[in-house]
Amino acid sequence: MPDSTFLDSTELVLNMGPQHPSTHGVLRVILKLDGEKVMGTECVIGYLHRGVEKIAENRTWAQFNPYVDRMDYVAAISNGLGYCLAVEKLLNVEAPPRAQAVRVILTELNRIASHLLWLGTHALDIGAITPVFYCLREREEALKIFENYCGARLTTHAFRIGGLLYETYEGFEREVRAFCDMFLPKVDEYEELLTNNRIWVGRLRNVGILNADECKEYGVTGPVLRAAGVKWDLRKAQPYSGYEKYEFDIPTRQNGDTYDRYMVRMEEMRQAVRIMRQAVDAIPEGAIMGKVGKVIKPAVGEAYVSIEAPKGELGYYAVSDGSTQPYRVRVRPPSFVNLQALDRMVRGGLMADVVAVIGTLDIVLGEVDR
Amino acid sequence: MRNLLKKIFLVDLFQGLWVTFRYQHPRNIYTEQYPAERPKVAERYRGAPRLNINPDNGETLCIACNLCALACPEALIVVGSERNEATRRKELTTFTYDTSRCMFCGLCEDACPVDALELTQDFELATYTREGQIWDRQTLEEGPRPTQYKC
Ligand code: SF4
Ligand code: SF4
Repeated sequence: MPDSTFLDSTELVLNMGPQHPSTHGVLRVILKLDGEKVMGTECVIGYLHRGVEKIAENRTWAQFNPYVDRMDYVAAISNGLGYCLAVEKLLNVEAPPRAQAVRVILTELNRIASHLLWLGTHALDIGAITPVFYCLREREEALKIFENYCGARLTTHAFRIGGLLYETYEGFEREVRAFCDMFLPKVDEYEELLTNNRIWVGRLRNVGILNADECKEYGVTGPVLRAAGVKWDLRKAQPYSGYEKYEFDIPTRQNGDTYDRYMVRMEEMRQAVRIMRQAVDAIPEGAIMGKVGKVIKPAVGEAYVSIEAPKGELGYYAVSDGSTQPYRVRVRPPSFVNLQALDRMVRGGLMADVVAVIGTLDIVLGEVDR
Repeated sequence: MRNLLKKIFLVDLFQGLWVTFRYQHPRNIYTEQYPAERPKVAERYRGAPRLNINPDNGETLCIACNLCALACPEALIVVGSERNEATRRKELTTFTYDTSRCMFCGLCEDACPVDALELTQDFELATYTREGQIWDRQTLEEGPRPTQYKC
């Protein structure tokens, strides 16, 4: 920690959170300030710790499935997909093509829902109140599709190990197409509100810069990495669940500042719509459940599967000792890893930018603390 | 020059305000007036549990097989049964369901072989006491009766 910049100034230690509205949950950041300047930060996490990984050891493989929704509750479907894929890898089964297509549609829809919540709250933190209303309005339409499909809006428990439990409902394709058509103009609308707005640009540009090398050093993934110019997306790099069949671009930007991360996420929403359109036009007929017994009992072994969640690389590492219960489940949450870069991004900046940087990292504390 | 003019006339701000202005018409109102106007939840909604009874003879459909209790990750269902000596079958005596710990994942519903246990479209589960969250067989068969507020 550097000494204070002026001879007679003293360092001020300020607690931000855990009940601060813009820490998106219960994150406590200890800020060391010299006037308005941030000299260092320290994150205190664990307020939402529920011991999810330990719970897994006391549940059967199928019973643990609903718990993963409660880690990143904004993107519950992505979490469910990651866990199901990991157990499927252990069992050496693959979900049938129809199940894979429906999974892709719902996961991409969830990506949009997650990014919309991010955009709304991020804009709210910066001081733009209008976008949050519009974002939540469109998110509602996505959540309605989840509700119609699986009966829950947030903690969905939509997928089962081996495929799907629920067949798509009457009008599923129509609703997804209607959502795609409705949503693309809305993204342009958000951009109209924000992209050129001078306050927005002034607050975001050159704030919280994290360049490509630093990203790799910290293990940061997702939009934060792509905004620094690294073309890395697990959907392309290690396709899962049939992503290799769909055409889409990986949006990247060069500067790695908060504004670029905003642009990357906006473009990602458009790409998600593109994937959904291709997937919904080609949902194959057939079974939705793979060859999985009623009692899930994988052979002794271990498996690691990582997927591209809205926030970055989400990994599930599962170890089986041959019984009906997991021996160990370890989660690699994107938010937890991305949060490590906070200190690097805000040090030397202004205090007001801390809020912008926490927002742009898009963390969910349920996932950080697990 | 053009940029300077754009800056002076606040073009970027008016561009955003124009979006807001377009949504001023009352037909764009999205808010639901909740207690007065009840939302319609999806058919597959996983809400309050119900123990179905056979509409023909009023007997419970549950065969007291205990599968739901075993499937539940939270182990919050307790099925009490008794062996009927006349028919030599297990019969349901008590059924307790602790909604305060339930996460409405639907695993119990999937496990039930006779579709006796079902998660319904009722979503108003608040009670004034903690004990009120623990539902016995009677409540489960009748379904919840939340206070309806008229306005
Ligand atoms: S819905 Fe899930 S948590 Fe609730 S009783 Fe059924 S299995 Fe248990
Ligand atoms: S699984 Fe169904 S039939 Fe069996 S005890 Fe539960 S409610 Fe009754």
